[in-house]
Amino acid sequence: MTASQGTVLSAAERVSLLRMMMRIREFEDRVAESYLRGLTAGSMFHLSVGEEATAAGAGLAMETGDCFTTHHRGHGIFLARGADPGRMFAEVFGRKEGYCEGKGGSMHIADISLGHMGANAIVGANIPISLGGGFSMKYRKTGKLSVAFFGDGALNQGVLYECMNMAALWKLPLVFFVVNNQYGMGTRIDLASASLDFVKRAESFGVRGAQVDGMNVEAVAAACRELFSWSRAGNGPGFIIADAYRFYGHGRKDPSPYRNKAEEEEWKRRDPVETQKQRVASAGLLTEQGIKDMAAEVTKEMDDAAAWAAKQAEPGPADLYTHVFASQRAQ
Amino acid sequence: MQMMYRDALRAALAEEMRRDPRVFVIGEEVGRYGGAYAVTKGLYDEFGAERLVDTPISEASVVGLGVGAAIAGLRPVVELMYVDFVGLAMDQISNQMAKWSYMSGGKVKVPMVLRTQGGTGRSAGAQHSQSLETWLAHVPGLRVVMPSNPADAKGLLKTAIRSDDPVVFIEHKALYAVKGEVPDGELLIPFGQAAVVRPGTGVTIISYSRMVSVAAEAAGALAKDGVDAEVIDLRTLNPLDMDAILTSVKKTRHAIVLNEAHRTAGFCSELASRITEEAFDILAAPVVRIAAKDVPVPATLLEKLSIPTVEEVVTAAKTLSQRRRS
Repeated sequence: MTASQGTVLSAAERVSLLRMMMRIREFEDRVAESYLRGLTAGSMFHLSVGEEATAAGAGLAMETGDCFTTHHRGHGIFLARGADPGRMFAEVFGRKEGYCEGKGGSMHIADISLGHMGANAIVGANIPISLGGGFSMKYRKTGKLSVAFFGDGALNQGVLYECMNMAALWKLPLVFFVVNNQYGMGTRIDLASASLDFVKRAESFGVRGAQVDGMNVEAVAAACRELFSWSRAGNGPGFIIADAYRFYGHGRKDPSPYRNKAEEEEWKRRDPVETQKQRVASAGLLTEQGIKDMAAEVTKEMDDAAAWAAKQAEPGPADLYTHVFASQRAQ
Repeated sequence: MQMMYRDALRAALAEEMRRDPRVFVIGEEVGRYGGAYAVTKGLYDEFGAERLVDTPISEASVVGLGVGAAIAGLRPVVELMYVDFVGLAMDQISNQMAKWSYMSGGKVKVPMVLRTQGGTGRSAGAQHSQSLETWLAHVPGLRVVMPSNPADAKGLLKTAIRSDDPVVFIEHKALYAVKGEVPDGELLIPFGQAAVVRPGTGVTIISYSRMVSVAAEAAGALAKDGVDAEVIDLRTLNPLDMDAILTSVKKTRHAIVLNEAHRTAGFCSELASRITEEAFDILAAPVVRIAAKDVPVPATLLEKLSIPTVEEVVTAAKTLSQRRRS
C-alpha cells in the first residue's frame, strides 16, 4: 500500500501536523536540556527528535476512545494523543503532579483516560498488552482501535509474531505501528534482521501490511487514516512500518559512534519538521511569519509547562507504598 | 453440599460470568476441550466462544492479552495450564501484570486473574510438577492465592475475580478430585485471612495448598501421642495473615512451616524469617522448615520421596515440641 500525501488531509490538519511536530521537538529538546542540567529525576531518557512525523501522523489518525501502548521512546506519541506537557515534564522531573505521581518516569507514562495503556521499557512487551486492548475493543463492541507503537528493535521479539497470529486469527482491531529508526540501540537493522521485508512477515500472518516514509508527516497521516479505519471497521489487524531516524543517540549522551556521519546528515536533510514547514508554506497555508509566530507560541507553551512542572511538590515517604495494589490494602 | 475442588472452581467461574459480562476465560484448551484438568468443562456450552476463548500455545502473549484486556476495561481469567510454564510468560507476569498499577501511579489497574495449577501427585515429571509460588510471591504487586479445599477454592476464586488487583491463583493438581463441603449460596472469602484448620496448644504447623492435608493428618497422629498441634492454612500468601501466625505461635511457642516448594529460598524460608523476626523472644526453639528436597521433581516412583510426608511432619513435631528454652 502506498499513500498519496495530502489527499485526505484538510488545510487545517496539515497545519496542525506541523504544530504538533514542533511541540514534540520542543518538548524533547527541553527534556534533553533539563537532563544535561541535572534537573530531571531519572537517568533514562530516550528522545524521539527526528521521529516526530510518526507520532504526529499516527496521532492524527487515531480517535477518541482508541487505546494504545508505546515503547520507551514514546513521549511524542502521547503528546500527539492529547497529553498535557506540564504533567509529562512533572513526571520526568519526578514530581507528584506527574502523570504517574513520580513513580513511572519517562519510560512508563500511562493514563487510560486518554487511551494510553502505558509506555513500556521491555522491548516488545507492550505488544501483547495492545493485543488485549484490541481484544477488549472487539469484545465490548466499541468500534474502536488499539495501536501498539514500537521500534525496529522489537521486530525480532517472539511475542510480536504470537500477537500477529492471534490478532489475525480473531480479526482484532489492532495496528502494529513500527517506528523504524534504523537502530536497535546501537545495532543497525540489517545487522539484526535476516530479511528486511517486514511487510512480508506481517502479510504471511494474514495481517495487512504497509510501509511509509516516516519523515513525511502527511504521508504517515494518510496511510494511518486508511489502515486504521480499515482495521477499526472489523476487517482485521494491520501493520505499518514508518522509516525514520533518531537525531540523537540511543540516549541523550550517546554520541552514536556506530553511525556514519554522512548517513546522519542525509537523514537530517529530510528533517520532518523543516520539510513540513516548506510544504505548508508552499501551499500557502501559512506565511513565513505565521510559522515563526507558531514557533514562538510553542516555545512559550513548553517554557510555561516546564516551569510549572519544576514548581510542583516532590513525592515523599508517604507515597512510597501507594498504588502497589489498586485495592490499597496493606501487604 | 459435597463438591469436588474442580467443580467448586467451575461453579465460581460460572457464577461470576453470569454476574458480570466483563468476565471471560481465556487460555489453552479452556473452551471446547474443557480444560486440561476439566475445570472449565461445560462452560463453553453456556458461554460460547466469545467468553471461553481457546488460544494458540503462546503463553507470553496470552498472559499479556489478559493484562491489556484488564487495563482496557475487562475482567480476564487467564488459564496457564501448568505453573511450570510461568517461565514462558514471566515478563508479562512480573514486569507488566504486577507493576502497572504502581508504575502508572494508579492511572491504570489490572483486575485480572491468572489461574494455574502446580504440585506433585501425578508423576508428571520435573517440568509439570513444580511448586513455584515463591517466584510469584517475591514480586510486589501480585496477590498470590493457594486454596487447599473445595470451599476455599470457590470462595477465593470469586473474590479474586472481583478484585481490582492482579491475582495469581494457584490450584493443586492432586486436589481436583478431592471432595469437601461447600456452603450453598454466595460464597466470598476475603484475602488475607488464614484459617485455623485444627486448634491446638503444643506446636503450630503453618501450611497452604495440598500440604494442609498432610499437616492435618500429622496432627491427628500426633494427638494419639499426646502432642496437641494447631494447623494453620494460610490460604493467601499475599496478603499474608501474619496476625494469625503470630497469635498461634505465641500460644504454642513452637512453629513448623510446611510447603511443597523446594527448601532453599522457598516460601517456608520467608515464613521462618518473619516468625523469627516478630516472635523470637517467645519461641522455645528455632522454626523448623519442612519442604521438598532440593532436587528437580523426579518422575515416577521417586516423586514421593522428594516431597514432605506425614511421617516427616510427625517426627519433626514430636522432637520440636519437647524443646524448652532454658
